[in-house]
Amino acid sequence: MREAARASSGARVDLLLIAEMVQPGSRVLDVGSGDGELLELLATTRGCDARGIELSREGVNAGVARGLAVIQGDADIDLADYPDNAFDYVILSQTIQATRRPKWVLEQMLRVGSRAIVSFPNFGFWRMRLDLLINGKMPSTENLPYRWHDTPNIHFCTIRDFVDLVDEVGAGIERAVALDASGHPVRFNLPWAVWNLLGEQAVFLLSRKG
Amino acid sequence: MSDSDTTLGEIRAFEPARGEADHPHSAIMRFGADKPLQLDAGGVLTPFQIAYQTYGTLNAARSNAILICHALSGDQHVANVHPVTGKPGWWETLVGPGKPIDTDRYFVIGTNVIGGCMGSTGPSSLNPASGKAYGLDLPILTIRDMVRAQAMLVDQLGIEKLLAVVGGSMGGMQVLQWAASYPERVFAAFPIATAARHSAQNIAFHEVGRQAIMADPEWRGGRYLAEGSSPRRGLSVARMAAHITYMSDSSLHRKFGRRLQDRDGHTFSFDADFQVESYLRHQGEAFVDRFDANSYLYMTRAMDYFDLAADYGGVLANAFKATKTRFCLVSFTSDWLFTTADSRNIVHALNAAGAPVSFAEIESDKGHDAFLLDEPEFFAITRGFIDAAARAVGVS
Repeated sequence: MREAARASSGARVDLLLIAEMVQPGSRVLDVGSGDGELLELLATTRGCDARGIELSREGVNAGVARGLAVIQGDADIDLADYPDNAFDYVILSQTIQATRRPKWVLEQMLRVGSRAIVSFPNFGFWRMRLDLLINGKMPSTENLPYRWHDTPNIHFCTIRDFVDLVDEVGAGIERAVALDASGHPVRFNLPWAVWNLLGEQAVFLLSRKG
Repeated sequence: MSDSDTTLGEIRAFEPARGEADHPHSAIMRFGADKPLQLDAGGVLTPFQIAYQTYGTLNAARSNAILICHALSGDQHVANVHPVTGKPGWWETLVGPGKPIDTDRYFVIGTNVIGGCMGSTGPSSLNPASGKAYGLDLPILTIRDMVRAQAMLVDQLGIEKLLAVVGGSMGGMQVLQWAASYPERVFAAFPIATAARHSAQNIAFHEVGRQAIMADPEWRGGRYLAEGSSPRRGLSVARMAAHITYMSDSSLHRKFGRRLQDRDGHTFSFDADFQVESYLRHQGEAFVDRFDANSYLYMTRAMDYFDLAADYGGVLANAFKATKTRFCLVSFTSDWLFTTADSRNIVHALNAAGAPVSFAEIESDKGHDAFLLDEPEFFAITRGFIDAAARAVGVS
């Protein structure tokens, strides 16, 4: 979906961050696996049994050609078909804003996996706020170049909104990292309000409560 | 001896395909009394033979073998000129040098299934007990019987583990059965446009075909070969009905619409006024020249009986418990005979079993037949899946 800052390895920074949150050797389901970049990273560097769900046939083809297990499907529907606790981690990378039922998807993720990792673009990022304030138009950035009427993203949220949703589904936050516009973690252990302003995107590691 | 030769000669005159039944234009593996085939229906088939073709070269490690399983009316002539029709092999689009299943790299085996009429033991083969064609004296066969026979062939070829087992439709059923029966012998399984069980609707279509054959007076209780007749009309009608199910409404419409055949107006008769009618008649006629009516009965029955979950306590996932085989399934959007839902049902079971599984639904308006036609996206995923399996196994 996006070509954010890349580390020297060539992988997207947020993907490296996600991979680092995953215990080696885990069973992982990547929802919206794209061309399989994260799946391959998890399989090769973390020794994971990594599976993917991807909406586009091009993405499925790319993943299969990489030797990965990728199922063509729609997160909004197909997560219901997976048994409870089938995975250690269910990952949703830069996709939650494109789902029709984000809350349901998050609940399903925490049913299918004991942990969920979600990364998303933060609509509360200061540049977004400024854009809307000054131009009075829906923000369009390098990483989110779509126009309002022609975008796969239908449920934008801010970091604050997401934290509320996590509360609502009764999940716990084990780790949260906000990345600034250049892909670096927002440095200090700052309050949510500051993260929400400075984070261009965020990565959350969630666990089922109780 | 001379008696059976005469019979064979007479039969050839009636039924061109009959000549292939005992003496096919391909390799044959014979299994004598020491190696009987156990049948699901009870008892054994012995002696029996399997006709097969191979393409490419088996490598020193014997790790590059791919078994191709054919659909209802297919045979072992996957990628060579068909000896009866003179047409290209049924999967030459997919299998051959440089093709998605690359015979420069892989050792490809195509077999004629047990029950077929192209050289594997089937109802048109000579029954050694009577010296005449088996006809209905052949026991009913199942998909699992077919696969059991294929496994014996693969044994004889000295191959312990297949790199991949590939097939569409009835061939896909065989792929699933292979993965369930011999998980340790299948590295990668590629079931295409298939289902884990034959639906009531599909059984119904098969029954129409079988009744058409059995209603033909020339069928003669299945003894037509011994009696020198041939249920051509019945088999032709069976094929016509089946052929409709292989296409989609839109592909029929695109090909023919309501266009008339060699005439300017309706004749107000039951002639083939419409192009689609003469097309179906032609399909039916051509089929009779290469296929045996009793084989059609046996093979459709084998598909009807196929219900993999039922063999595993009603839970399909149990068929694939602890499997290490990697799967890739493909369906086609306009296939109403074996739908995407059928494939997804298998995918769910494989997921529940924790098996590594991929799945793609290919956009096509060509119906069930799409898996035999030029579909670039299908070819791309085939090449990707097979080559990735080869890399994982270390086939260069």
